[in-house]
Amino acid sequence: MRRKPILIALLTLLAGSSLMFAGTVSGKVTYTGTPAHQKAIDMSKEPSCAKQHATPISTETVVTGANNALENVVVYISAGAPDEGQVPTQAITYTQKGCQYLPHVLPMHVNQEFEILNDDQTSHNIHPLPKVNIEWNKSQPPGSPPIKEKYDKAEFIEVKCNIHPWMHGYFAVLKTSHYDVSKEGGDFKLPNLPPGKYTLTAWHEKYGTQTADVTITGNETKDVNFTFKATAY
Amino acid sequence: MNNLKPMRCIGASLFAALMGLLFLAGFVSGASAQDTPDAGPKPSLVVKPMESHIDNITGHAANAKSDYRRYCAGCHGDYGDANGENAVWLDPKPRNFTLATFKCRSTLTGTLPTDEDLYNTLVRGIVNSNMPVWNTFTKQQRADLVAYIKIFSPRWEKEKAGEPIKIPAEPPVTIDSIAHGKALFTKLECWKCHGPHGEGDGPSASTLTDSQDNPIRPYNFALGKNDSRFKCGSTNQDIYKIFMTGVDGTPMPSFADVIQPNDAWDLVHFLRTLQIHRHGKENEVLMSAHGVIPPYVDKNPAPAAAPADNKAPGGGQ
Ligand code: HEC
Ligand code: HEC
Repeated sequence: MRRKPILIALLTLLAGSSLMFAGTVSGKVTYTGTPAHQKAIDMSKEPSCAKQHATPISTETVVTGANNALENVVVYISAGAPDEGQVPTQAITYTQKGCQYLPHVLPMHVNQEFEILNDDQTSHNIHPLPKVNIEWNKSQPPGSPPIKEKYDKAEFIEVKCNIHPWMHGYFAVLKTSHYDVSKEGGDFKLPNLPPGKYTLTAWHEKYGTQTADVTITGNETKDVNFTFKATAY
Repeated sequence: MNNLKPMRCIGASLFAALMGLLFLAGFVSGASAQDTPDAGPKPSLVVKPMESHIDNITGHAANAKSDYRRYCAGCHGDYGDANGENAVWLDPKPRNFTLATFKCRSTLTGTLPTDEDLYNTLVRGIVNSNMPVWNTFTKQQRADLVAYIKIFSPRWEKEKAGEPIKIPAEPPVTIDSIAHGKALFTKLECWKCHGPHGEGDGPSASTLTDSQDNPIRPYNFALGKNDSRFKCGSTNQDIYKIFMTGVDGTPMPSFADVIQPNDAWDLVHFLRTLQIHRHGKENEVLMSAHGVIPPYVDKNPAPAAAPADNKAPGGGQ
């Protein structure tokens, strides 16, 4: 019992200090050139999915926004990450809905458990295609329980449903939880970075990777932007 | 890095390590001088001391070296990477042993097969492929080859083989069992790939590729005569294993988490009726029901069954 006040004091101190020195890296991901046209997906073979989309959705290999914004780019700390090996316990989910993967790219920490859900009225088979992690392939009919999995090595893994060949997604297995995926407008933000030297990597499934070095000295926000060269094929 | 263990007695370990190194150096240089004059840029192959256990026989990788070179390397490659000189001509491609992904397993998807699984593949060969039957070898030779397959991937040193799935005794073949199997074939959407009559012509069939991006066809159950077989065996138990554990490295997924053991037997019985030229219990039972599979009536419907939105294709529409 006597320990409690000390503990609380310690915790506040810790929280306070990390607040004081928490740096942030934020920025935008954009592209130059002309990206390949994304085709509308014909889901007529799967009516229960087709009817979930008022207008047909397009392939998501390259998703762009106004002002040359590039979405679905994973931005993460690839060197200097303070949390390598600290596996978060919080569950993350990958949902199959309307014969689409939500989110299209799911970042996760090495060894972090994630859940795969099927919200559709049709069977899917989840078939990730790793090169360094272990390959498996599981059927998930409607109403089946979530599939719980994890990967023990860092890798970008393509995910497929063989039944619905238009379904494509990625798992980004990283050695850090300091990551973000660029959203509408191409924005990303990595908060809570203690002072230190970092390498940032931005990964796009089609356009590859880019890196940038950044140093955080204290309570500051550093701007880092990435520009990818789009290819028309 | 993480398998460094604290050394209890540094002196002894050092001595042992040194002796080991000396031994290895002698062994490797001796071996490479002998039979790899033309190895080119590739490092000479180290035959790790892998073993296999088949019944009371222990297989040793080192003893399979010349058999592998002589009988397997032409397709599977000296380095197990499926780059043998004949590989370019083959469809499907030979297995790449460096990936340690195998089609014929009694174990769950993503796990390593058992020694028996690999051994049985050598006994059986793989139908509809160029993988031959190896029945001229002795049991010991095959066991040694199974051990040899393990030298190509580090997974065999880090992981144990998966646990074989449990298969309950097969219930009798009845028309009800076949009817339930058909309902499962529809509900689990096997037909999306295999087609409504199992002829390999489902709506997704033409789009399928294996994990190496080579086109692959779903199994056509209706082809073949009375002796029609599967890549991974020919018995009812083999069929049970195939769809429960999945055919790893291909679009054929595992259903172990979604089919109850007894339901799986019903599905086996129905799949046998798709082999229309086969003489067996299942087709006899179907014949005595005048060739008609009655609609399946669930006697204990689940309280909150998911609404079935899919149009049932059915075998006899
Ligand atoms: C003429 C070419 C050829 C030769 C020779 C050959 N194989 Fe194969 N092997 C194949 C092909 C092709 C496959 C893949 C078949 C498939 O995927 O359907 C295969 C697959 C395999 C598999 C994988 C089984 C599984 O469950 O995935 C094993 C194990 C194997 N071969 C072992 C051997 C051994 C041991 C030898 C030598 C004794 C050998 N093979 C000789 C062509 C060959
Ligand atoms: C996503 C497509 C797909 C679905 C869904 C699917 N299969 Fe398959 N299946 C395949 C492919 C492709 C092969 C061929 C694998 C090969 O040749 O290596 C196959 C092969 C098989 C084989 C033969 C394997 C062998 O050893 O030769 C059986 C039996 C089988 N499937 C049963 C089923 C059953 C039962 C279901 C439903 C519960 C099902 N499949 C669902 C694609 C599928």
